[in-house]
Amino acid sequence: MHVTARTEKPADARFVHVHGASLHYGEDGEGFLALKDMSLDIGRGEFAAVVGPSGCGKSTLMKLISGLTPRSAGEVEVNGADVTRPLKIVGMAFQNPALLPWRTVLENVLLPIQVVRPHRSDYRVNKAPFIERARALLAKVGLAGVEERYSWQLSGGMQQRVSLCRALIHEPEILLLDEPFGALDAFTREELWGVLQDLWCERGFTVLLVTHDLPEAVFLADRVHVISNRPGRVIYTTDIDLPRPRTQEVCFTPRFVEYVHELRSHISQARQAI
Amino acid sequence: MSRKRTLRRALYTLSPWLATIGFFVIWEVGCRVLNVPPFILPTPSAAVAALIQYSDGIWLNASHTMITTLAGFALAVAFGIALGVVVGASPLLYRALNPLLIGFNSIPKVAMVPILVLWFGIGTVPAILTAFLVAFFPITVNVATGIATMEPELRDVLRSLGASKADILLRVGLPRSMPYFFASLKIAITLAFVGAVISETVASNVGIGYLMMSASATFRVPLVFAALLVIAAMGIVMYAVAAYFERHFTGWATRSETG
Ligand SMILES: Nc1ncnc2c1ncn2[C@@H]1O[C@H](COP(=O)(O)OP(=O)(O)OP(=O)(O)O)[C@@H](O)[C@H]1O
Ligand SMILES: [Mg+2]
Repeated sequence: MHVTARTEKPADARFVHVHGASLHYGEDGEGFLALKDMSLDIGRGEFAAVVGPSGCGKSTLMKLISGLTPRSAGEVEVNGADVTRPLKIVGMAFQNPALLPWRTVLENVLLPIQVVRPHRSDYRVNKAPFIERARALLAKVGLAGVEERYSWQLSGGMQQRVSLCRALIHEPEILLLDEPFGALDAFTREELWGVLQDLWCERGFTVLLVTHDLPEAVFLADRVHVISNRPGRVIYTTDIDLPRPRTQEVCFTPRFVEYVHELRSHISQARQAI
Repeated sequence: MSRKRTLRRALYTLSPWLATIGFFVIWEVGCRVLNVPPFILPTPSAAVAALIQYSDGIWLNASHTMITTLAGFALAVAFGIALGVVVGASPLLYRALNPLLIGFNSIPKVAMVPILVLWFGIGTVPAILTAFLVAFFPITVNVATGIATMEPELRDVLRSLGASKADILLRVGLPRSMPYFFASLKIAITLAFVGAVISETVASNVGIGYLMMSASATFRVPLVFAALLVIAAMGIVMYAVAAYFERHFTGWATRSETG
């Protein structure tokens, strides 16, 4: 497990660049503003986390960055390019694993391969390397041996692992996670923190994690952003200066607890400012 | 204790048979005790006797109705799926076609038989078309529902992979609508059958519906009831076949029961 201090070119510091962006749901006039004057930069290979009150626009921020929902104003750039339609270099996972019940675990993980260009044509010609890749990834998250089972035969934690594999199989540059561990019990959740951290250390993709769980944000992220109540914008940002790889023990260190407290106080401020 | 449980399980397994046999026994006994004249309500045994006596004619007409039903049903499946996919995949078309579909479905299809006869003459074609017209709607609605209720997360995942609308439909929309589709087949095949028989009773000179009409016109009441028995039996068989396909092809959708 090697963790190098990434040498950053200036462009890399703004791999994801959101500046003064707003997003309005519904028609002009009616509907409402979910994000206003949102500014946020994520460096290449950075693990960023976003926390904030419920309904403040965290999921909306992910849709904004992934290009799934077009912005109403401002700048959104990824890798120097303006985001005007859905990006193709992202992997996504949600609280709901949203697996396909008619497919086996292996087939679920291979779904992106069947869709993303140029993999889809390669896969049609020669499936073996991709199947190998999917098996290796599943083994890495602790799912060796269940490849041929159906997703609904798995526990919630296992399904979430599959969902993570599906998000990563096509080796996306950006991983967008929307409360991926929100529905899991504490033990499974903490176990998956470790799994995610390992994958991230090994592959160096860029992560944006949306979560309600402050220890989760502090444990996993390089930098945590707090978003204000609707309309959402970033009101506080902190770097998490804890050595990697982080283990469960880190959660009991004073530094860790301090970070969590600090974030909590900013969130309660954000909640009051309705 | 365990003996009691075995008994209860046996009762559960046999209950459909017991209920059916019980129904016929009550009918038979009721007719005999109350001395109901056979031209009002024949006993089931008289109906069965008629069934045997006229078995050639019944078989001929029943198989004709069967073919008519299946032809109408096949049309309904093809058209129902196509329309369901279009409507389910496009919110615009869903909105646009909704009033037409609901309006069309509100028309009693018996009312359309005379029009069909006007266009195609008396015979098999109106029966096939009636079967088709009554059967396609549930298929369309179910397929459209299956496609339109796709989890938004799944759509987002696929769109962020650069999937086209066709990709999403092919990889997710269609497979996930299959349980809805197979569930609708049970209803559709029954409706198609009813449609075919109704059309035959009104405007045909062949088929089990026609047989029933002509028998009743000549006061051969036991034969009417024999035809009714055959119709009911055919309905059950078709339903069972559709239910078998449903279980066979979409086991994953009933996972809570089996898994
Ligand atoms: N498709 C939509 N159309 C209209 N309004 C929407 C839509 N999606 C979200 N909103 C609204 O935008 C606001 C922000 O929603 P969003 O889902 O981004 O919040 P969130 O921070 O992810 O909340 P949570 O933490 O509960 O998941 C909410 O008030 C929500 O009602
Ligand atoms: Mg959300």
